Amino acid sequence: MEIKLTVNGTARSDEVEPRLLLVHYLREVCGLRAANVGCDTTSCGACTVLLDGESVKSCTVLAVQANGRSVTTAEGLVAEDGTMSAVQQAFRENHGLQCGFCTPGMVMAATSLLAENPDPTEQQVREGLEGNFCRCTGYHNIVRAVLAAAGKLSGAEASSEVGA
Amino acid sequence: MIPATFDYEVADSAEHALSLLAEHGEDAKLLAGGHSLLPMMKVRLAQPAVLVDIARVGELSGIRSDGGELVIGATTRHADVAGSDLVRAEVPLLAYAAAQVGDPQIRHRGTIGGSLAHADPSADLPMTLLALGGSVEITGPAGVRTVAADDFFAGPFETALSPDELLSAVRVPRGGDVPWGYQKFVRRANDWAIVAVAAYDGRVALANMGGTPLRALGVEEALRGGASAAEAAAHAADGTSPGYDFHADTEYRKHLARVLTKRALQGETG
Repeated sequence: MEIKLTVNGTARSDEVEPRLLLVHYLREVCGLRAANVGCDTTSCGACTVLLDGESVKSCTVLAVQANGRSVTTAEGLVAEDGTMSAVQQAFRENHGLQCGFCTPGMVMAATSLLAENPDPTEQQVREGLEGNFCRCTGYHNIVRAVLAAAGKLSGAEASSEVGA
Repeated sequence: MIPATFDYEVADSAEHALSLLAEHGEDAKLLAGGHSLLPMMKVRLAQPAVLVDIARVGELSGIRSDGGELVIGATTRHADVAGSDLVRAEVPLLAYAAAQVGDPQIRHRGTIGGSLAHADPSADLPMTLLALGGSVEITGPAGVRTVAADDFFAGPFETALSPDELLSAVRVPRGGDVPWGYQKFVRRANDWAIVAVAAYDGRVALANMGGTPLRALGVEEALRGGASAAEAAAHAADGTSPGYDFHADTEYRKHLARVLTKRALQGETG
């Protein structure tokens, strides 16, 4: 069936099979490779994207369910001039990644978390990222990055952990 | 993992959804958030020939008061139940339970009606509806019928719903001041309960202690007889036949049921 939706701010129209998963639509039809297929069972969060601004696991959404709606991937957080979003910059500055596989999903989950709760406590960040696994176990710097993006850490404090 | 092929129909009203179900019979399944159905379709445990998408039917979503009850549309998402000021004030147990489902991404998609219709005995909301003494509204070819939670869950993943019917709304009693407690024991983030307990106004319900969510009737009887929380909780596993897996054997589940029931009766959450 034909779906019409907005992907990273651009209107698109594509003919898709009803069984096509949103993550496969994004990766294979749109050519957007930020969202990763990790566990493929709604657990790991590596495929997290925003659907109408809210985090969802795109391995458990059909592309047809996104018909008429707006999807944002990590690519879509970057401004046209290449400037990264505050969350993306905070992940970079706080070394909020190790192998990087979970990172796009973490960034999208964090973006959604901060949209719902702009001033989270550390505990709220940890619980808010419950749906995203980092198998390098790099959680401490990920949490620091999200708190930094929320303005909870000064630049000096935020960067002191880099490489630690 | 990719689901088997199916035809996709979008319902624009509850009546339209019912007519599509009537047309396609048992080959059709309703799709709302898809967070129980799509994982089963991906591993081919479910292979419906037709999916009827009811997520865009406005009349099936939303939260309102109706006398002594709150009425919650079936396709209302967990995030919207958990975040509703009305639910938090009037049925805080339900708001808390909705916030325990899965993780934020899952709560942005999954729906209260979907979770109840899926009837996973280890899930948060079926147990919670039992503890609340709530009911479900079922819309079918013959009209609307209301089924008490006590009569709705028939077995593992089985309910009183017929293939030509639609779970259209959930009814729960208003009672913002009623004492309640909730305990969910998990080993991993974002997992189903190994055992969970919800207590509300002298009613106690258990998750994952049998093939359906269960009332802890021995506990309730002891409470009516004046027993303390600790004394009553000793009966939590009476008459249950929990399964076993690599998380917990049956004896450990029974132990958990007793410990968690005591905490829930003391109004603890966790």
